[in-house]
Amino acid sequence: MNNVTMKPPGQSGALYWIRENLFSSKLNTVISAICIYLLVKFTIAVVDWGILNAVFAADSTACKAASGACWGIISEKYQLIVFGTYPRDEQWRPLVAMVWFVGLIGCSLHRSFWKLWLIPLWTGSLIGLGVLMWGGVLGLSYVENTQWGGLPLTLLLAVVGTVAAFPLGILLALGRQSELPLIRIWCVAFIELVRGVPLISVLFMASVMFPLFLPEGVTIDKLLRAQVGIILFTAAYLAEVFRGGLQALPKGQYEAASAMGLTYWQTMRVVIMPQALRIVIPPTVNSFISTFKDTSLVLIIGLFDLLATAKVAITDPSWRAFYVEAYIFVAAIYFVFCYSMASYANNLETDLRKGEQH
Amino acid sequence: MSDPSNNRNRLSGLIYSEKVRGMVAQILVTGGIVFLAWYLISNTFENLDNQGIATGYSFLSLESSFGISEHLISFSPSDSYGRALMVGLLNTVKVSLLGIIFATIIGFFIGISRMSKNWILSRIAAIYINLFRNIPVLLQLIFWYAVINNGLPNPKRALEVLPDVFFSNRGVLFPVPADHPAYFWMGAAFVAGILGAWLLRRWALNRQDRTGQLFPYVRSGLALVLGLVVITYFVCGAPTELDTPVLKGFNFKGGAKLSPEFLSLLIGLSLYTSTYIADIVRSGLQSVAKGQQEASTDLGLKPSQTLMHVVLPQASRVMIPPLTSQYLNLTKNSSLAVAVGYPDLVSLSNTTMNQTGQAIEAISIFMAVYLGLSLTISLFMNWYNKKMALVER
Repeated sequence: MNNVTMKPPGQSGALYWIRENLFSSKLNTVISAICIYLLVKFTIAVVDWGILNAVFAADSTACKAASGACWGIISEKYQLIVFGTYPRDEQWRPLVAMVWFVGLIGCSLHRSFWKLWLIPLWTGSLIGLGVLMWGGVLGLSYVENTQWGGLPLTLLLAVVGTVAAFPLGILLALGRQSELPLIRIWCVAFIELVRGVPLISVLFMASVMFPLFLPEGVTIDKLLRAQVGIILFTAAYLAEVFRGGLQALPKGQYEAASAMGLTYWQTMRVVIMPQALRIVIPPTVNSFISTFKDTSLVLIIGLFDLLATAKVAITDPSWRAFYVEAYIFVAAIYFVFCYSMASYANNLETDLRKGEQH
Repeated sequence: MSDPSNNRNRLSGLIYSEKVRGMVAQILVTGGIVFLAWYLISNTFENLDNQGIATGYSFLSLESSFGISEHLISFSPSDSYGRALMVGLLNTVKVSLLGIIFATIIGFFIGISRMSKNWILSRIAAIYINLFRNIPVLLQLIFWYAVINNGLPNPKRALEVLPDVFFSNRGVLFPVPADHPAYFWMGAAFVAGILGAWLLRRWALNRQDRTGQLFPYVRSGLALVLGLVVITYFVCGAPTELDTPVLKGFNFKGGAKLSPEFLSLLIGLSLYTSTYIADIVRSGLQSVAKGQQEASTDLGLKPSQTLMHVVLPQASRVMIPPLTSQYLNLTKNSSLAVAVGYPDLVSLSNTTMNQTGQAIEAISIFMAVYLGLSLTISLFMNWYNKKMALVER
């Protein structure tokens, strides 16, 4: 009785839904027919190629004879693609590091974890990451960072890039809003300069120009230079994200805080930041996704990230023909990470907006 | 009793004064930056001196002695580095412009499909958007390059998709009209036609404002442009000769060519950017209140008029700023050309700095070009936003 949304007879059920959503007009029927036809053809082709005629064993001669995909290249090369040239016996270390960081990111994205102790937790985790990856202490053998590669390297560049850019981005955003003209000018100049150029030019700077900046005899390795480039690049974009958050707050918040006699830094710490940071979480996640995708550019300056290791894997003459499978494997990894984070950011945004309306 | 505490008050007044603190902070920050810059620059000069690299841009006039596979202006290895960079810049412009056009067309199509009431079409559009957006654009470029290079047959067994249009691992070859003065005059006629159509539109809108009379300026403008071009073609003798690609030995001769490098870059950039454009189109159209459409229909406007005069002007206010930033992103992403070997500005700068060792100069040139472009566009955007902003009381 109290089901007020009950529909008239004949306006519910699967058939009704299909009629309404697929065949409501002549044009719609034609579009649906074309889409279904193409979809069926495409699915059949993909299943044929990817499953029915595919070879799953790591046997390149069988692969060459088959008409379908050769997933054998993945079973043969996955260690190289995922972990790069990290010593085989020690690959549990990057694996543990990755699982730990993926878990940490997952926790950090959950609301009940948005507390101050996240800061020491992240700092501690980053130190732990260094110990685990480099080793040389606690009975772990030393692994030089030129041997790091694959997914751990991609994650490392993106995670450290965003985490370190976070405080820098906040400072830049505050500086851009500052009433002190010189500070404002420096911040605007940095932000606009970095955002105006492609990431690849920042990476070129880091790899080619930066060594010239240092005094003679001092060298910093390539990975660290690329990491610094990514941090600075991300910071400029995050600064703009934070600026959006700061500008979204009503002016009354600043005025009320000032009327209560709070100083600038007190105002920022207890009034502005807690509110602004909440608003900017979804765009920050999106910025992290961009950084995650952009780390693939380090292959141009010769670091072995996930994409570069896939390229190395298909230089093997007996597997050269199966580049499509290798790229699909890598693309799937990127996709899983990016898509899940993007959906999270979307949901959170809807949630936060709902929260505002009540 | 009074003196020391007064002094202390004055001192603490100075310390706690906002003005003084602000000044000190600014001086410290600026001093720090200047010191850092001085330190880095002096190191750089010392290092360059030790390595015997001359500074300055004089290398631009030296002979480049490398070849470039595709160029819009003539280029040979005996030309200078400066001209090589110019070729690169033009190639960047070429791939970016075409990429922007294709990304916009695909993006509008997908964005509108995504809003369709047809469930299956809307799902396919959503899958397309999620798929191509969540895979790094560099991976997409490299993938398309590998597919064109390894997936297509060699020139001897090229696929002839249409008569005289060949797909092979050397790219796509197609016939173009052979050189003839008529084409120059047709281009001139086209420009003149556009100018005429613009004047016609101004006159028609003016008259509509004064008298309310409508004039079909879109249709007549199109007719004017097309008519002028076609008439010029026949006046100049209607040349029909084509320059067709012909297989000679292991490769094609003649015709026009889209190289694998160019194609993979164009496909990758267009598909990737179109996913963002689709979302912009969708949110732009959704931002126009439904009542606007209903009201204009009730006023007796035709659907096309509703779209042109009511929906699009309002949607474009929302759409144009993010669209511009996507166009800028596409242009910046075109620098990934270096990964597939398309000779764009960054890629040729890279070659130049490897040959001359003038890393700082070469990098500074392409950074300045991109920066100039970005700043120009953001200035334009500020102007546009001010012009388009809703005037509120």
